[in-house]
Amino acid sequence: MSWHVEVDEHTCIGSGMCAALMPEVFTLDGPVARPVTSSVEADETVLDAADSCPAMAITVTDGGREIGPRP
Amino acid sequence: MTATHTEPLSYPFNEEAGLDLNEAYAAAREADGLVRVKMTYGEPAWLATRYADARLVLGDRRFSRAMEKEKDAPRRSPVVRDGGILQMDPPDHTRLRTLVAKAFTMRRVELLRPRVASLASGLIADMKAAGAPADLVDAYALPIPVAVICELLGVPVADRPKFRVWSDAALSTSGLTPEEFERNREELRDYMRGLIAEHRVQPQDDLMTALIEARDVRDRLTELELVDLCVGILVAGHETTASQIPNFVYALLDQHAQWERLCADPDLIPAAVEELLRFVPLGAGAGFPRYATEDVTVGGVLVRAGEPVLVAVGAANRDRLQFDDADQLRFDRAENHHLGFGHGVHHCLGAPLARLELQEALRALATELPGLHLAGDIVWKTQMLVRGPRSMPIGW
Repeated sequence: MSWHVEVDEHTCIGSGMCAALMPEVFTLDGPVARPVTSSVEADETVLDAADSCPAMAITVTDGGREIGPRP
Repeated sequence: MTATHTEPLSYPFNEEAGLDLNEAYAAAREADGLVRVKMTYGEPAWLATRYADARLVLGDRRFSRAMEKEKDAPRRSPVVRDGGILQMDPPDHTRLRTLVAKAFTMRRVELLRPRVASLASGLIADMKAAGAPADLVDAYALPIPVAVICELLGVPVADRPKFRVWSDAALSTSGLTPEEFERNREELRDYMRGLIAEHRVQPQDDLMTALIEARDVRDRLTELELVDLCVGILVAGHETTASQIPNFVYALLDQHAQWERLCADPDLIPAAVEELLRFVPLGAGAGFPRYATEDVTVGGVLVRAGEPVLVAVGAANRDRLQFDDADQLRFDRAENHHLGFGHGVHHCLGAPLARLELQEALRALATELPGLHLAGDIVWKTQMLVRGPRSMPIGW
């Protein structure tokens, strides 16, 4: 099972939270973060990253259904 | 380049009074490699002053905050601080942080804007009614963030005089003996334990109740973690903002044309707040050392596994390689990715709330007290982690 990860480049503030938490999924090689790969293995840490983003810029979807950030 | 053999520089560099950035930072930023520094207590450390180096150390998982616990960490007092969430690494850090992160997202915090704006206006009305001079700190800068964090967390705002003493002591760098520090910390914890007990009997619609539920129902944190998280949110939730409100006013009055611009065009306030977050070096010196968990090259220096690096965000925020006219206060920066709230997993949890409070506090002053001016000498805080006025007499 794999999930789809997106970072909204317009709302991202480059806090570095996600890239520090999961460098294998997120990178901050410019002023804002981006996913290294849009498809990731299901892993609760991805949802933690989405929950922790101060800008709420990360969206995680599972087969089109939004699962992160959690409500 | 490897370690130099010169004596480490005595640290911190900054004066406690005022908001100047000591010139030793510019020298360190321009020099090759990293500077070695030594604080009064603990081992010497590397000091990162350039923007790129600061971002690397703060954002790279090869650097640990938790390792500090087993080290003789660089510090200004003999007190060994238990840093709570600030002294954890993922995944422990993530477990606690995600419990509270939701309360502080931009979307959630934005809902508080009208409340913060009306708080600010009300306090200005009180100051006007009492007549000049007023103490900007006691009459305005403290009550705003204290009221907001108390309401959010579920702490009676009437207890402000009590926890101002505890909070000051918690952030003191050298004024207390280890015994005094310990006693103070336990008093503050006991106070919070009492509130948590009350909330268990009578749940409220607040963050403390949500955290209690995370402990009692979902077993996501220990009782002590719950207590310390609430204490941490209360202290961190007001002290920095309460310092930055008068700091920002001080910086703006010092460059009076900038203050006049804000009064004439309050739409500039969000950009001004970002710029002031960059421009004002809040810390007396860098704290919270990051320990390398493996050998890492930073700014051309090989930092060995187990060595600490201090990150001077105030200096990094004035790095001309990152910011044009880095020493100038400019409200027209197209991009302003400052490190005022830190960076990486420990990026300020309350940043969206702090931003909103600073914006609304400045907006109310600029629109309602455009004639704001100093009406006496500022007394600066001493021996604290953050700099700022203890009292700031103003007229209007």
